[in-house]
Amino acid sequence: MDNTNNIKIKVENVDFFYDKNRALKKVSVDIFKQQVTSVIGPSGCGKSTFLRLFNRMNDLIPGARIEGKITIDGEDIYDSRMDIVDLRRRVGMVFQKPNPFPKTIFENVVYGLKVNGITDKDYINEKVEKSLIAAALWNEVKDRLHTSALALSGGQQQRLCIARALAIEPEVLLMDEPASALDPTATLKIEELIQELKKDYTIVIVTHNMQQAARISDYTAFFMLGELIEFGVTKNIFTSPKKKVTEDYITGRFG
Amino acid sequence: MSKKIIQNAGFFILSLSAFVTLFFLGTIIYFIVSKGISAISWEFLTQVPKSSMTKGGVAPAIVGTFYLTMGSIIFALPLGLACAIYICEYSPKSWIVNIIRVSINNLAGVPSVVFGLFGLAVFVKFFHFGVSILSGCLTLGIMVLPSIISASQEALLAVPQSYRAASLALGATKWQTIKNIVIPTGLPGILTGVILSVGRVAGETAPILFTAATFYTRGYPKSILSEVMALPYHIYALMTEGTHPEAQTKIAYGCALILLVMVLLISALAIVVRQKQKVSYG
Repeated sequence: MDNTNNIKIKVENVDFFYDKNRALKKVSVDIFKQQVTSVIGPSGCGKSTFLRLFNRMNDLIPGARIEGKITIDGEDIYDSRMDIVDLRRRVGMVFQKPNPFPKTIFENVVYGLKVNGITDKDYINEKVEKSLIAAALWNEVKDRLHTSALALSGGQQQRLCIARALAIEPEVLLMDEPASALDPTATLKIEELIQELKKDYTIVIVTHNMQQAARISDYTAFFMLGELIEFGVTKNIFTSPKKKVTEDYITGRFG
Repeated sequence: MSKKIIQNAGFFILSLSAFVTLFFLGTIIYFIVSKGISAISWEFLTQVPKSSMTKGGVAPAIVGTFYLTMGSIIFALPLGLACAIYICEYSPKSWIVNIIRVSINNLAGVPSVVFGLFGLAVFVKFFHFGVSILSGCLTLGIMVLPSIISASQEALLAVPQSYRAASLALGATKWQTIKNIVIPTGLPGILTGVILSVGRVAGETAPILFTAATFYTRGYPKSILSEVMALPYHIYALMTEGTHPEAQTKIAYGCALILLVMVLLISALAIVVRQKQKVSYG
């Protein structure tokens, strides 16, 4: 494993509750800089909950409660002095279903910049182009930036959502099954894109698809019933898992 | 076989109910148009009443209805929308919100004449606004508040949760999310509700009975503290007061026709807005 200097996110003894329901149990894990970490496990194992800890999207759920400590670059993100809006600017997110706003393509990409107070037109135009190029969508939409984003195909919409997240230059990119609503061709594009993006971003991706996890990630975390069963280099997890239950899951015996 | 007969009979009854409803609407329109059309002329639409309401036009009543309707919406829309935003987006899910919801529903159930008495006691007397456009607008505004709130609430709830999540995840504050995403997305729905409320306000008589309307006035209102003529009240007065019943009845039907056309046009506008909404959602 990499040395501790490369740790971007440190999760220490985290428990998470929805009211009395314990969704995560004593989870401790390190997420490494500029690596892709995939989170796998059967439905309801807490992998989405885990992902949403890092931009505090779980805060929106009434009755949600966390115990333990999560730091990004050593900074406790659940500290009462933490500015959640600023945290979410630094930790971008792509959701399971493409969710572009019912606005134009341009307005979608610009949105994050606008709400963060950036008004410089030249900077905005440049940023829109760069983000769309980074999301491998520029060539397909450059002639219709000012048309509705809802007219794009599902795969294009998802890449638009990635461009939208990239525009505000986050440090971490969270992806919650970003390809589950897409066809195989669009999925492939997203996977290639993830490989490109990891040069600049720390990526945590939840996926249902084990082949996908094996293909795209450097590290894999396997969850079951709210517990982190096993974490390690993806290759090791998939070729020589330490625990029987991990092996059973990745060989498709359940899940 | 018998199942099929039962199904056909069921369909027949359902479609008959639909056609009966349509028939009533058609009859009302036919009745009002046939009785009122002879009163309509350019003079009728643009002149003030003459000769103890038996000649001339009803322009002040048209203008009055327009003022009362616009005024009440200007008052009720921001208040109703703000209330809906609070309930849908900000309020904690607690007993206080339930009390607010129940209150809004009860407000919707209050008879319109009670609003009229309330307006008389509060706006006309207590605040000394007198019988005026202002008092009438406020009274009508309170009356349509519940429907504007519930229309806005529905429109806001129809905005997909995923839009809010996307906006917040991009580092927008809650208020930025509401202002930039939730309200613009819900706007067509809100407008539809508002427009339907406009139709209702335009036709109400009881709330303006003691607060705004007058039968006899010389010309147009001078300020928002003037009393005003209004179409629904004018119809009521023409049919119950005065000394030339026959001439007055004809004018009353003319007013009814104008009012009907105004309300139908407003409803048509609501349909157009809703249609546009469907298009924009793709």
